[in-house]
Amino acid sequence: MASIGIPANQAPAPTPKLNYLNNGHSIKSWLLTTDHKRIALLYLISVTVFFFLGGFFAMLIRLELLTPQGDLMQADTYNKVFTMHGMIMVFFFLIPVVPAVLGNFLVPLMIGAKDLAFPRINLLSWYLYIIGGTIFLHCMLTGGVDTGWTFYTPYSTVGTNTNIVEAGLAIFLAGFSSIFTGLNFIVTIHRMRAPGLTWDRLPLFIWANYATSLVMILGTPVIAITIVLVAVERLFHLGIFDPSLGGDPLLFQHLFWFYSHPAVYIMILPSMGVISELIACFARKRVFGYKFVALSSIAIAVFGFLVWAHHMFVAGISLYAAMIFSFLSFSVGVPSAVKVFNWTATLYKGSISYATPMLYAFGFIGLFTMGGLTGLMLATIGIDVHVTDTYFVVAHFHYVMVGGVLMGYLGGLHFWWPKMTGRMYPEAWAKLSALLVFVGFNLTFFPQFILGYVGMPRRYWQYPPEFQALNVLSTAGASILAVGYLLPMIYFVWSLRYGKIADANPWAAAGLEWKTTSPPPTFNFDETPVVTWEAYNYDEIPPWERRAPVAR
Amino acid sequence: MEHDAHNPALLHHFADAQQQKNAASLGMWLFLVTEIMFFGGMFCAYLVYRLAHFNAFAAGSQQLSILLGATNTAVLIISSVTVVLAVKAAEAGRPKVLVGYLVVTVLLGMTFLAVKGFEYREKFEKHHVPGSTFKFTNTFDDNGKQIQVNPKEAELFFSLYFVMTGMHALHMIIGCGLFSVLAVLAWKGHYTPGYFTPIENAGLYWHLVDIIWIYLFPLLYLISRHS
Repeated sequence: MASIGIPANQAPAPTPKLNYLNNGHSIKSWLLTTDHKRIALLYLISVTVFFFLGGFFAMLIRLELLTPQGDLMQADTYNKVFTMHGMIMVFFFLIPVVPAVLGNFLVPLMIGAKDLAFPRINLLSWYLYIIGGTIFLHCMLTGGVDTGWTFYTPYSTVGTNTNIVEAGLAIFLAGFSSIFTGLNFIVTIHRMRAPGLTWDRLPLFIWANYATSLVMILGTPVIAITIVLVAVERLFHLGIFDPSLGGDPLLFQHLFWFYSHPAVYIMILPSMGVISELIACFARKRVFGYKFVALSSIAIAVFGFLVWAHHMFVAGISLYAAMIFSFLSFSVGVPSAVKVFNWTATLYKGSISYATPMLYAFGFIGLFTMGGLTGLMLATIGIDVHVTDTYFVVAHFHYVMVGGVLMGYLGGLHFWWPKMTGRMYPEAWAKLSALLVFVGFNLTFFPQFILGYVGMPRRYWQYPPEFQALNVLSTAGASILAVGYLLPMIYFVWSLRYGKIADANPWAAAGLEWKTTSPPPTFNFDETPVVTWEAYNYDEIPPWERRAPVAR
Repeated sequence: MEHDAHNPALLHHFADAQQQKNAASLGMWLFLVTEIMFFGGMFCAYLVYRLAHFNAFAAGSQQLSILLGATNTAVLIISSVTVVLAVKAAEAGRPKVLVGYLVVTVLLGMTFLAVKGFEYREKFEKHHVPGSTFKFTNTFDDNGKQIQVNPKEAELFFSLYFVMTGMHALHMIIGCGLFSVLAVLAWKGHYTPGYFTPIENAGLYWHLVDIIWIYLFPLLYLISRHS
């Protein structure tokens, strides 16, 4: 890590400016740092590790499903493999990825602050994540868990003999890491904005992270107590959800989804914020309907809390409740559509350039739209009853989670990579990998819509032979997808040493984060900026200073 | 601004002491929100099960000691007053008085925990602790009419009783630890009329824990006794 900031075999650099990367090289200066940018990099490394670990389990799943019978593993192992895949990806990758990496790095920079409001709590949140992650790895290596990532009772409390308590503790700690990040963001956005940076001048990435943080602090404590209740039920044999004592497993599902549905918005909202930044920069335009896009983030956060029971349509809730939750679930489509339509409207008559981040943004819009529209199908009770617990559901949430969240994250990572490291990534390789990700993703998950619709259930290690052709396609797609994810891993690391040196604003982008050096100094700005302009003021740039957002 | 630069309590990333104080107190309020959601999950479970198994919950409730519960309620309310007085003392720049009130608060908190301990012991003696030794032969005394209840459902009541009061007691223990540390720091003169945010914020935490008890007491001890 310590060598990131040292320029190697480049033209003799001018006296190296002190920045956050070369300000201290010891291990201690990283592990005890309170600098939000360094903590972002710590998170970047740790979530990447968990991403590839989760990806490893995904490959095991796809390999097993290559053939109709179970030849790589049998049911018990398969149950553990998909559970590990789900838990790692949800709790240790998707939830922290955009807020803790890009958000941590960018929130103070974008609002002209020196740091987050509580730098030590920020470091604590990384440690909680690491301790939780380590406990989870231990749980995984000592046998794992086989309940699926949803922990449904009574199987999780009295059925399984796998290590639920340990996995629960890991997720509990990761949850508090997420709560502290959210708390830090809200206070920072309220109290630390630069002079002149009013709410209607905030970048949409900030609005998105603000909305995300609201969900984090309101939802996460509920999953925390739910896990505690499951744990005490297992440890002390208290009956909380145990039907033989008159407990109600449905109550568990309600409490679980009260967090875990909004958690979907914890994942997707920050990525939506990234997309707003990318679209504005690479279309050289202010985001169309700025206020609507900003408030749609808040609306998604609020509506997101009112739809959880659509996960339970066949679990035994009343038809009346199901109808209400179905209707409310449709209503989330409105603010989501506001975003998609406004991004599209921003492109209209824009000067569009096709740098890698923009390719990911286009990918996001297309794939998220498909994920969202199939979400509306699933919110329709009649269709949901037909496709519940089939691959249709699997395909739907992977379109949102992988096609949405991950596309946004990768787009953002490419976009801000020069800011984070002071180096450009290799554009040609990046475009190739963006293409591979898009093709591989669709080849993996589109067949699953069809599989689910014709009745292939999820979470089984074997299937009738007539489903094989589509499963082979899906596994082939997953292999392409894997290459698409490994490539950036390689060229990003390569670029740390050999990438072209980036200037302060390689994309000629608006936004405070581009007004400081790349990489920024430890306290972000030499002088606290004073903001007198609207966000995305691309049309205010005088003609002689205009240039295309081509990396330089 | 100039004198702020010399304020030892001012962290580098804040522009001035006022911004730092506002940030800390907003952060604390948000933390309290997460606590409410945390306990909210248990209150929700209580509500659902009380509606489903009313008689058993009433019978379980009648086995709790109103006297001890009310004593503890009084102890906690008094401790909230001493916290307010501690904040006042900090604001007025009277460190010794501040330390005094903090110590009294901790003692009151420990009194609460001790009483709670007696109550728990009684539950063990009466086999009202859920698990394999659980026994419940009592009936729900509905104004003289004895109603039989399902002991399994009463076990559910006691499960919730232990989880809710146990989680509350855990928060009390954390609060006592917090105030002990603050008392030491106050003794060393860390807090001035210009900077006593930690006292204020710990006080907010204590009040919340207090308020949660104010809800737990009627829900567990009082409301099911009469239908």
